[in-house]
Amino acid sequence: MAEAPTEDLKTTALHAQHVAASGRMVPFGGYSLPVQYPSGIMAEHKWTREHAGLFDVSHMGPSFLLLTNPSGDAEADHAAVAAVIEPLICGDIAVLKPGQIRYTLLLNETGGAIDDLMVGRSPLFGGALYIVVNAGTKDGDFARIEDAAGDKAKLTRADAEQSLLALQGPEAVAVMATLAPGAEELGFMQYAPFDFAGQKIIVARSGYTGEDGFEILVPNENAAKLWDALLSDERVKPIGLGARDSLRLEAGLPLYGHDLDETISPIEADLGFAVSKRRRDSADFPGAARILAEREGKLSRQRVGLIVEGAPAREGAEILDASGTAIGVVTSGGFAPSLGKAIALGFVPPAHAEIGSKLQVSVRGRSQPAEVVPTPFVPHRYFRKPKAS
Amino acid sequence: MTTKFTPDHEYIRVEGSTGIVGITPYAQEALGDIVFVELPAVGKVLKKGDEAAVVESVKAASEIYAPVSGTVTEVNEELTGNPGLINADPEATGWIYKIAIADAGEIDHLLDSDAYAELTL
Repeated sequence: MAEAPTEDLKTTALHAQHVAASGRMVPFGGYSLPVQYPSGIMAEHKWTREHAGLFDVSHMGPSFLLLTNPSGDAEADHAAVAAVIEPLICGDIAVLKPGQIRYTLLLNETGGAIDDLMVGRSPLFGGALYIVVNAGTKDGDFARIEDAAGDKAKLTRADAEQSLLALQGPEAVAVMATLAPGAEELGFMQYAPFDFAGQKIIVARSGYTGEDGFEILVPNENAAKLWDALLSDERVKPIGLGARDSLRLEAGLPLYGHDLDETISPIEADLGFAVSKRRRDSADFPGAARILAEREGKLSRQRVGLIVEGAPAREGAEILDASGTAIGVVTSGGFAPSLGKAIALGFVPPAHAEIGSKLQVSVRGRSQPAEVVPTPFVPHRYFRKPKAS
Repeated sequence: MTTKFTPDHEYIRVEGSTGIVGITPYAQEALGDIVFVELPAVGKVLKKGDEAAVVESVKAASEIYAPVSGTVTEVNEELTGNPGLINADPEATGWIYKIAIADAGEIDHLLDSDAYAELTL
């Protein structure tokens, strides 16, 4: 139960807020962040599923990629900046409409994931992308993007001067609309700038919980003001990293460094949707040969969801087949507060990946039953705009 | 009746030759919501310091060690269906197991309540 020493940790602009709220601060991705507040992970998790949870995710890596010499033709400039980032990733960025965001993966030459990230097309300017990467990988990611950009585009990091907040849950939209009127008009995976306290904030309808919600980029000097304003609404409570992890696990969303790493391809990770059709047709992304072959069925392992009977199977636990032979490993596992049972993500050969497959997990040397189930474990409740007829 | 403590935040309440073992209020607070308890088998022989049980919170598993040597005589089956008892009432209904103390001398080496309180200041 020893806590890690707090060596050279960065703090976010909301550190005083977390301490004042008695957040239990832990090191995470080089930052001191709250793992939970006094109400605890279970209560925070459930509050987010029922109301609205507020998260400090300022450890992540927001940035902007801007064309150095835009022509002024918005479509041509977007095509040009998309052409800068696309060789690094498997997503179709060229096709994005203004204000649209896409989840994609930064790949190495063998098709392994260097990171998973969000890329958005500016709703205002041609030739500008909003890119958010993970905390643990941000320095490497940014260097890679800068290298690819050369003198065609300039990458500006926003992680030092700006804070990133997430407001998640079914009541998030009503709360957001009071502070940023019009945010309720955003569709899932759309973003737009809004005014808050005399400065621009960027509000994206996205998140990492499976719920409707928003991720908000705010200048550091206004971060505490926005945090406090959101919390002044009784529908909102602060939520720590512990519940962030249990919420994303229930939503079946991968955590980089655990369910994704440089050996794991998007197809293995069950993220085939992130390999865009246009990119598949032209086979012009890193590791295309492997990834396209895997799509055709040449797959040695794939990510599955498991419901585990008994004790939670944590990261690193072996997955066994019905006869007890080791066939894979758990990459994320824990207790699902919404389901009241243990769940896990892990990798197994395709022969064992079918829904309903009866497997086992080894926990402290004992085998426990585990069944392959569809993910998400808890249905996503993202906001979908009714299609215009 | 006396209650002693380990630096690992177990308590043992001594009633004659039997000890009732659980985790302290400080420990349950630090662990957070307990969602699963792995109980020892009745009859299991433990040496002082052996892993006796495991409590799982949402985030992590934590081992519970035997504060003294002895044999497990009873386990708290209530925890199987209601592991949250450890959070709600760690020192009474949230007890984990009972042990027939093999060597009463080992009790003397554990922390008394004042020494334990000092440890968790």
